[in-house]
Amino acid sequence: MTYVRHIEHENIVHRCFRCGYCRYPSNYSDFNCPSYKAFGWDTFAPGGRMWLTRAWLAGEIETSARFAEIMFSCVACDNCKNQCVFPKFKDFLPDIFQETRAELVGEGRIPPGVRDYFKAIAVNGNPYKLPQSERGAWAAGTGLKPFNNHKYLFYTGCVGSYDEVGQRMAKSVGKMLVDAGLSVGILGSEETCDGNDVRVLGEIGLFTQLAQANVDIFKAKGVREIITLDPHALNTFKKDYPGLGGIFQVRHYSEVLAELIRKKKIKLKTYPAKITYHDPCYLGRHQNIYQAPREILKAVPKAELIEMHRHGPNAFCCGGGGGNFFTDILGTAESSASRVRVREAAETGANILAVSCPNCAKMLSDAVKMEHLEDRMEVLNLAEILERARK
Amino acid sequence: MSDIRKSLVDIVGERGVSDAPEELWFYSRDPGVLAPHRPDYVVAPQTTEEVQKIVRLANRQKIPVIPMGNGMSLAGLVIPLKGGIVMDMKRMNKILQVNPMARYVVVEGGTSQGALKAYLQKNHPTLRHSIPDAPPATTIAANVSLHGQGRLTNQYGFNSDMVTGLEVVLPTGEICLIGSPSIGPYWISKGPTLPDLSGLFLGWLGCTGIITKVGLKLYPNKKIRDAELFVTDRVDLIPHILYKLTHLEMLEDINVWFQPKPLMFLGNFHITIFFTGDTAEEIEFKRKMIWDTLQEYMDSKDGGFMAIQYMKSVLLEMPGRNIADFADVPKGGGFEYSGPIAPIEHFPQYAAKLVELAAKYNVLYASAARLISGGHAMMFSISFAFNRNDPAMMERVENALDEAMAFALDMGGIPWKPNFKEQKMTLERMEPNARNLLLMIKNNLDPQGIMNPGNWEVNA
Repeated sequence: MTYVRHIEHENIVHRCFRCGYCRYPSNYSDFNCPSYKAFGWDTFAPGGRMWLTRAWLAGEIETSARFAEIMFSCVACDNCKNQCVFPKFKDFLPDIFQETRAELVGEGRIPPGVRDYFKAIAVNGNPYKLPQSERGAWAAGTGLKPFNNHKYLFYTGCVGSYDEVGQRMAKSVGKMLVDAGLSVGILGSEETCDGNDVRVLGEIGLFTQLAQANVDIFKAKGVREIITLDPHALNTFKKDYPGLGGIFQVRHYSEVLAELIRKKKIKLKTYPAKITYHDPCYLGRHQNIYQAPREILKAVPKAELIEMHRHGPNAFCCGGGGGNFFTDILGTAESSASRVRVREAAETGANILAVSCPNCAKMLSDAVKMEHLEDRMEVLNLAEILERARK
Repeated sequence: MSDIRKSLVDIVGERGVSDAPEELWFYSRDPGVLAPHRPDYVVAPQTTEEVQKIVRLANRQKIPVIPMGNGMSLAGLVIPLKGGIVMDMKRMNKILQVNPMARYVVVEGGTSQGALKAYLQKNHPTLRHSIPDAPPATTIAANVSLHGQGRLTNQYGFNSDMVTGLEVVLPTGEICLIGSPSIGPYWISKGPTLPDLSGLFLGWLGCTGIITKVGLKLYPNKKIRDAELFVTDRVDLIPHILYKLTHLEMLEDINVWFQPKPLMFLGNFHITIFFTGDTAEEIEFKRKMIWDTLQEYMDSKDGGFMAIQYMKSVLLEMPGRNIADFADVPKGGGFEYSGPIAPIEHFPQYAAKLVELAAKYNVLYASAARLISGGHAMMFSISFAFNRNDPAMMERVENALDEAMAFALDMGGIPWKPNFKEQKMTLERMEPNARNLLLMIKNNLDPQGIMNPGNWEVNA
């Protein structure tokens, strides 16, 4: 069957110069594109993707497993968008890659891991293939109740609901919100996958269904303000849900915790520790939230925040974005993003690697083990650090 | 799997070899206007020993080998004109040593300009290297193998003049140290006082071997950098202005640029003068010297200094991130330039020719000349932008560049990073005994003719 390929931004794909700025942080100290770092071919850098997309649209190369691997290995970290030197089209780079993936989804030529991811969500509502009825089980013992006219909905997402490391983060954050006296509830088994990574991977139909289900239930429950555990959810709630009629006030939990500390709703004792903080792509580059997590860490008496050499807008992704958390196209070799990132964290001399995204927490926790750094550094989420400082 | 592919996998592993259509398509071209040509394999070695094994394999099988950095010459120098193995060197990117007292660094050939800059800023902030205006992904070995230039070229010459030693893999597979490292542990000289063998590799565009390590001179990184921008509409005065400025012997870099777009720049010639110092007093002294030197042109109302506070950060950026902007003026993501090395006295003729060619071929031009070694010569860039979606425009640019190079050679200039056509033009004009000497060197070093064939091909 012959497909007529078309992507929305087709008319600007040829404007990429392939100069390579996109693969660096602003000081050029290392490669900042996780897929280029992992694979080492120019084709796996943003410029390579742009040129190959053009060739593919023009029929100069065919759809292949390799082409799909190149396209789906992008972790949607947005570094390329930040670093590209062409102001007139840099903002559209991630869109072009997403549109290309969507075309591949349409052709049905996607990597097996991506197919399985979509299928698991379509069938089970989550990529873990676990029952929907267990979605809220993590909340036991936190004091969180089912949402019922609460001021805030605490939206957990799939990783926080089902993954062991993610659940740890959901529990600690949820408990802290309750302890601080916030009126906050959860949807539990009524929560649906936010769909952010489904959208990024190009399955727009499935994303729309998931998002619409969330929008409908949020509205039915009278939700107005949402606190998300997962920056990925934050991103799609703010960027995509309004287009589906889902207009809510959405904040990431780090913003809420920072405010609670400011208002002295969370009181902290000393906790001497050397902490370095990993900026999640969907909180940092995608949503421009860099200060709230740092405000929290700086509020801990006796704790010292030491920045990694790539931080803020130049942070190196953990490799878990763009669905790679589940599809694992980047793999776990020494040059994989998560392992590179924990080595960089260890270079700071910190004994705690602070995270604020459940995907990052899992990716970096696993990488710490692979790099045999368990004795030197533990991965803790912001709420866990605050919990230690409250004792 | 073919025997060649299997042999390559044995050397560099599965993740170091590709003959997938995607890599073959991408590595068959560069961002310039020249036609692509497919390689048979792309390999990415990580050690000199892997390079050696690949070259020995290629030699046995008579397969072309094309060493590649970031492929940013824009002149098609890493297009595999006769197929073969494109060797992506960027995984050989270790910074091996810095000798701060002797002011040199030793890097693997695939180390990027950006990575070296960042490394020095972090670990040796009082030292710097001559950063080209090319994107930061361009590699050190590629830059010196095509006689690249950088921000210190006015003071210290071509970046290849700053080499302090080389490690190369010869076309027959031997690993060879060039210069002082061939004698002892220090990378302090690429040649003198020995016979200078570095000339067998620098400027040869990978046709005589593969540069795997480079020793490079470092220079004082002054605490303050500043710039002035002098503007005149009299092209005939440019050589004199440059001559006077170079007489000061205190300037970091001097560039002359002119372009028709945006319109505020049309009709003027802009001389960007970079200078450095460790104190505000030193900077102000140099600024005064610059102004005093050019006072006569202000008195005659032939020129003046621009107020540049709003653009100073852009001017001082290294590398200049706005360089590629020109490529997208026709909204097509491409530009290519010819950069003949010429006497500064010829600036007016080159400028006129550039405007004439742009009109003749209906393409957009820009030019940025850089002084070399205090004004002994200049690199005059003849740049044309193009739309990559417009093959007719690309052909016009290619023709305009061919004509530009013919003009430059007629004027007694020599080509910088010439494409294969320009190399041919150059060889045709070369004194026969010099050309035969090139042939002798090439034939002796590369008896099978496997190194970047199609480039510097000398017909006896």
